[in-house]
Amino acid sequence: MSAIETLHEETLVPPAAESLAAERIAYLDSLVSQAKTAAAVFTQFTQEDVDRIVRAMVLAGLENAQDLARLAVEETRIGVMEDKVIKNMVASEFVYNFVKDKRTVGVIREFPERNLTEIAEPVGVLFSVTPITNPTSTVLFKCIVAVKTRNAVIFGPHPRAWRCCAEAVRIMYETAVKHGAPEGVFSCLESPTIPDNAYLMHHKDVAMIDATGGPGAVKAAYSSGKPALGVGAGNTPVYIEKTADLNTAVVDIIVSKTFDNGTICASEQTLVIDDEIFDSVLKKFADLGAHICGEKETRLLERTVIDPQTGFMQPLAVGQKATDIARFIGLEVEPNTKLLIAQINGVGREHPLSAEKLFPVLAVYRARSVSEALRVCIDVNHAGGLGHTAVIFSRNQDIIRKFGEVINAGRIIVNSPGSIGALGAVYNDLVPTFSFGCGTGGGNSTTDNVNIYHYLNIKRMARRTQNHMWFRVPNQIYFNMNAVENIRQFPSRSTIIVTNPALEQIGHVDIVRRNLPPETKVHVQVIPDAEPEMQVILEGVKALSFYKADQIVALGGGSVIDAAKIMKLKYESPDADLEELAAPFLDLRKRVVEYPTEKTNRARLIAVATTSGTGSEVTPFAVLTDKANGCKVTLADYSLSPDVAIVDPQFVMSMPKGLTADTGIDCLTHALEAGVSNYASPYTDSNAMQAIRLAFKYLPIAYENPRDEEARSMMHNAACIAAMAFSNASVGLNHALAHSFGARFGVAHGRANALFLPHVIAYNAAVPTKFMPSPYTQGYVAHKKYATVADLLGLSGHSIDEKVKNLIAVTEHLLDDLGFPRSIAELGISKEEFERAMPELVKNTFDDPAWRSNPRMPLMSEIAELFWKAYYGRTRPVTTTILEHQAL
Amino acid sequence: MLINIDEKIASSSLREARRKLDSAGGELTLDFSSVCRVDAVTLFELGNLARIAGEKSVKVVLRGANVDVYKVLKLTKLTQKFSFAN
Repeated sequence: MSAIETLHEETLVPPAAESLAAERIAYLDSLVSQAKTAAAVFTQFTQEDVDRIVRAMVLAGLENAQDLARLAVEETRIGVMEDKVIKNMVASEFVYNFVKDKRTVGVIREFPERNLTEIAEPVGVLFSVTPITNPTSTVLFKCIVAVKTRNAVIFGPHPRAWRCCAEAVRIMYETAVKHGAPEGVFSCLESPTIPDNAYLMHHKDVAMIDATGGPGAVKAAYSSGKPALGVGAGNTPVYIEKTADLNTAVVDIIVSKTFDNGTICASEQTLVIDDEIFDSVLKKFADLGAHICGEKETRLLERTVIDPQTGFMQPLAVGQKATDIARFIGLEVEPNTKLLIAQINGVGREHPLSAEKLFPVLAVYRARSVSEALRVCIDVNHAGGLGHTAVIFSRNQDIIRKFGEVINAGRIIVNSPGSIGALGAVYNDLVPTFSFGCGTGGGNSTTDNVNIYHYLNIKRMARRTQNHMWFRVPNQIYFNMNAVENIRQFPSRSTIIVTNPALEQIGHVDIVRRNLPPETKVHVQVIPDAEPEMQVILEGVKALSFYKADQIVALGGGSVIDAAKIMKLKYESPDADLEELAAPFLDLRKRVVEYPTEKTNRARLIAVATTSGTGSEVTPFAVLTDKANGCKVTLADYSLSPDVAIVDPQFVMSMPKGLTADTGIDCLTHALEAGVSNYASPYTDSNAMQAIRLAFKYLPIAYENPRDEEARSMMHNAACIAAMAFSNASVGLNHALAHSFGARFGVAHGRANALFLPHVIAYNAAVPTKFMPSPYTQGYVAHKKYATVADLLGLSGHSIDEKVKNLIAVTEHLLDDLGFPRSIAELGISKEEFERAMPELVKNTFDDPAWRSNPRMPLMSEIAELFWKAYYGRTRPVTTTILEHQAL
Repeated sequence: MLINIDEKIASSSLREARRKLDSAGGELTLDFSSVCRVDAVTLFELGNLARIAGEKSVKVVLRGANVDVYKVLKLTKLTQKFSFAN
């Protein structure tokens, strides 16, 4: 301990210490010291050790149950000895039955399917306050629970019950130590005082307080600043509903209320009885030994057993027999009277008997309806019993459920005695306890029946989980020249061909039409806009509905196919809310929105790609342009994937150079981004690498020699293969930048991708400022993967850095060869305009989910930096062409 | 005097009830049987109504309030300001 700590220790004087003599402080410190040592030694004990000791303690508790019960009654003058014997036995045997099979040492639970392990850690030293009402049973219970969990306890008994508690502690301690428990594991304050309790509650070496006592002790515990368990006051309402088994109900209540003369705080206090059965219930009580008070007797009870000043029960009445109470207050009753019952007409101070009464006196209320009964039960519950216990006798499950919903009680006992029922394990499956948590209603931290788990710190060891991955693509992909002929095999009554005007003019629609089955009715829906908006989609849906289409052929590039996907979605599920479906998400598995599975109509979607390309013919994505807000909206779900993909190069032979370059670079970007994505897998890597190889080899050829069938075919395949990769591995930051920039400045997608590509490769390959916090990230490998690409392309380089540099260089050469502008400035966008748009560009980029699979997490400042790098780009193109580097 | 309380316009109905306190003849009954749940605005208006009714010595009875509504009134300490009937 450092000097500062020592000084700090010495100046910390617990609040009550000033009122304690030095000798007393020394005594209390010694108790804590030996408990602390015992707790430390205890941590080495095994499960077998503690179970052996506990078993012996339980047997000792059972053997001494009667003696301890007698001592308790003699000392406290409260309760019934015979019932206290039962309590001591419940505290031993029933608690043992619950704990004996439970693991409380080391690994206590394992969840192999979740890679989770729970490990027990003892709390340490507890300071435990025990009550006057259940003195020895509470001690037995807490000793057993403490040893089972390897904790040491200092007991602070009630001053009027300390001798019987001390005896119980002695028996438990001697038994425990005899069977191997560490010395000092239990101790009991002699002649305890409030300052003693306060001192121990604030003691630095006491880890937790378990206060089973009155409100003052519980409040002191929670106010001490230490972790604490407490209990609350009870005022148990009992609803006897008209469908109840009245014979059982009445006997249960008598058993419960007279048990130990009503000292258990969960015992019944006010019976709320349905009008229909009120008189018969009271008669049953009377027949079984209850005295039903008349009006004058009720008034007498009110002013004698309840303190008129405070509204609380008179302490002298607690735990006394009904006949003794009657005699004491001057009430004439039969000698064998078990209970005194008095009728009340309301709840509150003006109805004194509606308060808690820990003696055999019951209040009864006549309820004229279920609503009234529940209201009164709520009133009783709120009159000093929040969080504790409530009881209902009924056979109506709806009423029982409602009762449970509206009453704030940690224990809701159904068709059984309240006091013994709440103890647990006797009439029901509640955990056995002698300490009832009352939750926030009672100012406690739990509503549980306190048990072994409250005496443990449970540690959770979480091993890394490996999420299962997938590789999902349409199960029918037809490729190579004239692959479109395969659509003949798909029967259709009514097919809508969704396309753009240019493709209709150059005869591609006719090619498709010729290959549809002869009996198919065919209609053409032309999408006028290169980047369709919602209105176009809705018109398409109208056409689908009008013609009752069962098949859609999307003939076009990415925009057309995406539009067709969304049309299909809306056609099949008219109530689908596209705005909601486009909601952002972080993890596909955990996303909030669910795509519709119920379909009003069904249509097969065949995608015939006419660019090489977005690969939309195989992807689960659909992008819609929101021109009004200058952004793109992305829908993503595997249900959007086309049913059939046709990758037929005849449809791309006439692609103009600009379109060839734009869509070709889009394909390359897909492949490169999928290759370094956090979601990359061996399945996607093989596709990505193949697509990269094909694009670098064939795109320049297809650009320069558009009639080269092999080049066109290979590029067309490359686009589809790249799409298969990114459909499962996703794209990355390049696409997020391109989406944002393209939407804002109306630049074609491929062209936008090209502006950022070399900069993003350099960015991703560098050591990140911030790694992507993704469970899919296994080390930083982007730079190595780029180097692998360089190897695949036959580029030179002795180190990863060199290879990455060469890859960037060859990419730039490719962009030069394809005639791309090499900077945003070249597009005629002024610096001022670009600067004005920057905040929006950065925000939209960061909002785009595309970057979430990027190997490097982009900071906003880095996004801005990339935009500026792309703005300035390179000022002149490199003259050598990629063909000079051909080594493929 | 009896006033029906429609859940959809509960707060305005309660403001209307407040205006009728003087002509209520010492007791005003509000029929809550169609009110499934109460919101913060309704609670606020109930509180206002209770306060003014107390000043004018008018007893306000809530008739047919379901037990869930009663629980909310209990938690917000409004039950002691009203009488309840089935």
